[in-house]
Amino acid sequence: MKSIAWKVFLFLLLAFVSVAGIAFPIVENPTHWYEFPNIPGLEQNAKIIFFHVPTAWLTVIAFLMSTIYSFRYLKRKDPDDDIKSYAAAQLGIIFCILATVTGSIWSKFAWGSFWSWDPRQSSIFALLLIYGAWFALRSSIENEEKRATLSAVYAIIAFVTVPFFIFIMPRIMTGLHPGSADDTNAGPVVDFKMNANMMLIFYLSLIGFTILYFWMWKLGYKSLMFKERINKQLRG
Amino acid sequence: MSSKPYSLFLKDFRSELRTRYAINSLAMFIIVAISVILFSIGNEKINENLTAGLFWVVIFFTAMSGLARVFVSEEERGTTMTLQLVASPSTVFTGKLIFNLVLVFCMNTVIALLYSALFDAFVLRNFALFLYTFILGNIGLAIASTIIAAIISKAGAKGTLYPVLSFPILLPLILTAVQLTLFSIDGTTFEKSIFELAVVICYDVIMLTASYMLFDFIWKD
Repeated sequence: MKSIAWKVFLFLLLAFVSVAGIAFPIVENPTHWYEFPNIPGLEQNAKIIFFHVPTAWLTVIAFLMSTIYSFRYLKRKDPDDDIKSYAAAQLGIIFCILATVTGSIWSKFAWGSFWSWDPRQSSIFALLLIYGAWFALRSSIENEEKRATLSAVYAIIAFVTVPFFIFIMPRIMTGLHPGSADDTNAGPVVDFKMNANMMLIFYLSLIGFTILYFWMWKLGYKSLMFKERINKQLRG
Repeated sequence: MSSKPYSLFLKDFRSELRTRYAINSLAMFIIVAISVILFSIGNEKINENLTAGLFWVVIFFTAMSGLARVFVSEEERGTTMTLQLVASPSTVFTGKLIFNLVLVFCMNTVIALLYSALFDAFVLRNFALFLYTFILGNIGLAIASTIIAAIISKAGAKGTLYPVLSFPILLPLILTAVQLTLFSIDGTTFEKSIFELAVVICYDVIMLTASYMLFDFIWKD
């Protein structure tokens, strides 16, 4: 009963966010609660924030979870932790691809080209590379324990470089992305150019997508676990 | 001078001198990489920004061709077990790291010499800044490639996997180093490039700490 309530809540939340994010008008001086302010330099393009930012956020959350479970695996050597870490990374690469694709479609309209090596684009590309390398490493090792240990080590090493991509690179390199160091026309969007209701819908969207992520992660983890169990029974 | 990491380094150094596998392949790779660039440029004048990037491209690919040897050779000769018996993991890592540091410094000095001789546009207006970048960048490169080499050797020495795994790890270092090399070509002052230098130092320290903490898990089967 409780889980159904959660799912209904999640459905309603995401449905509301989708409708609000796509259909609410952007006007010069918002007077109604369902009107968004006009951000100079972004205009209608600003609406992608409700869908693009959550996917990028989940890419990082998935990576963080994958690393935390890698840590736990190295500490306790429990195969369960490896499966959890794997399930998180699987979702992470999906959201990473989504963030890259939505971002590059948006940049076609905002900057005029699909890809322009903006620092943010470089950093999401680097995350994509890290995920790719991680899966390549996993698929190259057959021994389960070895695979779990080495991929956990690699996940942690890769994780310590992530702050460089996410927080430092965009700030030292000049870029086009809203919120980067020399951004003069659009400004840090999240801070003050959004009004209260835009902010509210943005955070609702973040919450909705995060719940969705955890639900998907749990499903992924369970299916991997059952697969593991069936394999074990078939073998012996 | 009979400390354990040092004697481990000496052992690697002697066996390297006997076969000269890494040195030969690195030297040939430097020549191949630079001549490919020179052929593709032809008689064209390339601008200064490009030389900074190409400099680190040569360094990256040369590093990828030879630096995995330190651990892969132990796996190939079947001497990993013996090494596990005689030395603690941190000792092994220190010894291998020193060996790779020496290798990286030799290789990159040769690259820098050849590069400045062959490319007219590679003029260093702030040589001191370049020197700092070079030293800090080399240290970071050696640390990251040593720990990835350890992972690779345990993963069954897959040669193609080495650049794939190393590139994302080395990317922040290489991007910042390219930026700093550009600064030293432009003649930017120290004060203006202090943030980038700090980033490279942070990278070196973080990588070194993470490597020492994680090497135990890779090394013990």
